[in-house]
Amino acid sequence: MPHALKIVLAEDSVLLREGLVGVLARFGHEVVAAVGDAEALKSAVESYGPDLVVTDVRMPPGLTDEGLRAALDLRAANPALPVLVLSQYVQRAYAAELLDTGDGAGVGYLLKDRIGQVEQFAEAVERVAAGGTVVDPEVVRQLLRRRRDPLAALTPREREVLGLVAEGRSNGSIARELVVTEAAVGKHIGNILGKLDLPPAQESHRRVLAVLAYLRA
Amino acid sequence: MIRTVVRDVPRSVAYLLSGVLVGAPLMAALLVMGTLGLALTPVLVGLPLLALVALSGVPVGALERLRLRLLGSGTPTAPHTTPAEPGLAAWARLRLTERATWRELAYTFLLGFLLWPLDVLVLVGALGVPGALMGAPLQLSVSGGDTKIAKLWLIDTYGQALLCTATGTVLLLALLWPLALYARARAALARLLLAPNEAEDRRRLAEVTRSRARLVAAFEAERRRIERDLHDGAQQRLVSLSMTLGLLRLDAPPELADRLASAHREADQVLVELRELIHGIHPQVLADYGLTDALADAADRSAVPVEVDVDLPRFPESVESAAYFAVREALANIGRHSGAERAWLGGRYEDGRLRVQVRDDGLGGADPSAGTGLTGLADRLAVLDGTLSVHSPAGGPTVLSLEIPCPTR
Repeated sequence: MPHALKIVLAEDSVLLREGLVGVLARFGHEVVAAVGDAEALKSAVESYGPDLVVTDVRMPPGLTDEGLRAALDLRAANPALPVLVLSQYVQRAYAAELLDTGDGAGVGYLLKDRIGQVEQFAEAVERVAAGGTVVDPEVVRQLLRRRRDPLAALTPREREVLGLVAEGRSNGSIARELVVTEAAVGKHIGNILGKLDLPPAQESHRRVLAVLAYLRA
Repeated sequence: MIRTVVRDVPRSVAYLLSGVLVGAPLMAALLVMGTLGLALTPVLVGLPLLALVALSGVPVGALERLRLRLLGSGTPTAPHTTPAEPGLAAWARLRLTERATWRELAYTFLLGFLLWPLDVLVLVGALGVPGALMGAPLQLSVSGGDTKIAKLWLIDTYGQALLCTATGTVLLLALLWPLALYARARAALARLLLAPNEAEDRRRLAEVTRSRARLVAAFEAERRRIERDLHDGAQQRLVSLSMTLGLLRLDAPPELADRLASAHREADQVLVELRELIHGIHPQVLADYGLTDALADAADRSAVPVEVDVDLPRFPESVESAAYFAVREALANIGRHSGAERAWLGGRYEDGRLRVQVRDDGLGGADPSAGTGLTGLADRLAVLDGTLSVHSPAGGPTVLSLEIPCPTR
């Protein structure tokens, strides 16, 4: 059982806010503040110093992308603050902007649809809080369809692996998904990093860069 | 010419006769109202009456425009504008300031005091006199001894009477053509005073253009409202339902968990469909990030791989949404009909004009007039003074270009 997280939640729909508090509580996390607009989100983060921020994109007062803007501001002020953004839409632009902050470590961009898959959602929450990167499979799927350089150099299998990396999966999890050995996954990832011309550095950091290459393609 | 006369004469007669029927009572009404109005002006009751006289041209003009139809040509449109506010007072104020009202009033006075007596004179001269001459034998037989034809010529024999008939017939035939000519000239005068002039036509066109733009804007606002309603209502509830089902599954006994799982799948499927539907109505990325990102997003969703080279500033909402939906329709068409393997999407803003081009390597032969989709988009661009052109020779390639003159936001 991962340790309990202190979470600040921003979601303007009361129905969803209550539901999210329930889901997070079910997995042992504590929502220290559940707010309904972007300004309240910022002050809640200031006063509670949470382990993770979960926020909706569309928020009052303008009901456009205030939640995302607030998340970007929070990340700019504190790049180490993990932020998970929930969106009603698959939007590469949102995900890309978010991943540009703090080199994409400790950020997540998920469709609201995923909350219903509570276990996967809880996993994503924990992964982001632990400094991982989570990109919604739907965004990844769209990106895969584009098949443009530099991704054109990747084999279908490598693209598949990169897709799962972008979703924030660990090598073990990818190996189980594709029914191969973990060593095979490691080899694929090595090839991907090579083809994307990413400099050798700490592996998890390069993984994020690979995902970014993906999003910027 | 004979055929023209045969066709025109009955029409001309009908036109002139009905003119008399309108003109004679009109004269009486104008005289009564004018005199009363002038006489009562000192006690102020006369002023409304005089205003009524001033406005009398409006219904007379409308009737006279209708009456032009008797000559077989079209009815001119009314030269008046529609009042912006309801109410009789607003209507009267507007009418009294319009030039057309005073042209109609001038025509009304002309009709009441000059034209209809002239019509009578022409009808009597061209039909009455020859008619009387032609009827001479009959008149003679009725009177017995002698009789005066058309109160002019005294005759007393049937020989003279027959001569009269012959003269009358010739005269009638000779006068039919001038009669038709007179009616035509009369109608031309009416048209000159009662039809809208050039400036009024231009203003009307501007009005139509504005109202079309208003319609499109209203349509756009409604689109937004529906999108927001679905987003804030149905979508949130479904997510909440899916969340509840997800939590229930965690704690349910296995046999129940299976059934919950299938309900959960249903709910998620509906969510996916709803999300796509909402996106189709109005994508949020267009409002938040503008055309560059929205077009890239549309390209992402295209069935055919699209190479995107778009670099655009922000434009007014109406421009962004018209351009976006045009491109999406174009991409959908490429996916459905073109057989293309690749497509290119380019967008630039230069010299105050937004230019977007969608190209594919498909079979070509696209006919923009065949589908309602592109026509509708062309209409929408036309509201913004924009143009849509489709170049698609058989064998390809198809190039769709759109151009909108617009400021940046």
